[in-house]
Amino acid sequence: MSAVSAISDVDRIRAVLARVPDPEIPAVSVVDLGIVREIDAGAVTITPTYTGCPATIAIEQSIREALDANGFNEVAIATTLSPPWSTDWISDEGREKLRVYGIAPPPKGAAAASLKNQTAAECPRCGSSNTEELSRFGSTPCKALWRCKACAEPFDRFKCH
Amino acid sequence: MDALATYALRLGDDSLILGQRLSAWCGHAPALEVDLSLANVALDQVGQATHFLNLAGELEGKGRDGDDLAFRRDVMDFTNCLLVEQPNGDFAQTIARQFLFSHYQALLFEQMAVAKDARFAAIAAKAAKEVAYHATLASDWVIRLGDGTDESKARMVAGLDWMWRFADELFLMDDVDAAAIAAGAGVDKAALRATWDARIDAVLAEATLTRPAPRRATAGGRIGRHSEHLGHLLSDMQFLQRAYPGATW
Repeated sequence: MSAVSAISDVDRIRAVLARVPDPEIPAVSVVDLGIVREIDAGAVTITPTYTGCPATIAIEQSIREALDANGFNEVAIATTLSPPWSTDWISDEGREKLRVYGIAPPPKGAAAASLKNQTAAECPRCGSSNTEELSRFGSTPCKALWRCKACAEPFDRFKCH
Repeated sequence: MDALATYALRLGDDSLILGQRLSAWCGHAPALEVDLSLANVALDQVGQATHFLNLAGELEGKGRDGDDLAFRRDVMDFTNCLLVEQPNGDFAQTIARQFLFSHYQALLFEQMAVAKDARFAAIAAKAAKEVAYHATLASDWVIRLGDGTDESKARMVAGLDWMWRFADELFLMDDVDAAAIAAGAGVDKAALRATWDARIDAVLAEATLTRPAPRRATAGGRIGRHSEHLGHLLSDMQFLQRAYPGATW
């Protein structure tokens, strides 16, 4: 058996999906965001972030195109709601990419209990924790609007979910 | 439709009609942040409606999907509660409606998320996270307007006064609810009332407001007896399918 064929289809599919950007936040991939739940040789299982997120349809289309373009025309896409997507599933690499892109990543492990007592976000531009929430609902369902009181820049924060 | 399909339909109709109502604020809200908030809440509601209405169509088994149910039924076939179809009024009236409904929906979905029926539980578990944000948003505004200026307080009082008579209907139980509970999907809504009362009262107290005086409750939405407002809402929402039946993107 050659070295090349030792790379399984599942790994190749994962590599393909790791290059599919989120349509709203192209800095991160659908794998970084934890939207891809399961990969096997026959199917990719994805989960929506928010029930009404308009990007859900675009994400499925982008995944379909990427799979087709890499010879995985036979691989089906399944959608599951359960367990519900959580920001805890955003990978460490994904969090760093979000920060560099200018979006404060959500705190980890805090998704369930953090609605009322949110910790201060760290400004993705200057790193200060002297920040305040302007609006819990931002430009997309997954983001809140914050402002840094140190550098005075507004920024998006990924909402805990 | 059998009882379980009707149960899903009612849940979907509540979310759909409220989502449509809130969408009318897009571009008209008092501040940009509020505009974004209401549009986000509307989007969540429409998303929940899509899931519940698709499920209703699937349970019905006649080949109708969520879009068919949303856009190709007339007013008497809608099963939403009367609260969600009430007009937006001013911002305070919209917040009053959201406040009463989101706290109900939060309790409902928290319970349904652990239901035996995995289809209902999955949608509810997902929606519960979103609705927690809605309840917080509405409560914050009730406090801000109620404990604000004379003008904002008067408007908040008037908004609650308008919506209050539709609160009882949220917790009414009938044969459909009983059948859904027996099937492992439904929630005993009547049992949610005490917690709902406590949450509502706590926010009203912080807002320096008191409950509107008890009045004769109005009900009937679940069996298609609606206020005059719903027909007007549908004529707008369903315009395309009424003018061009069967049109697709």
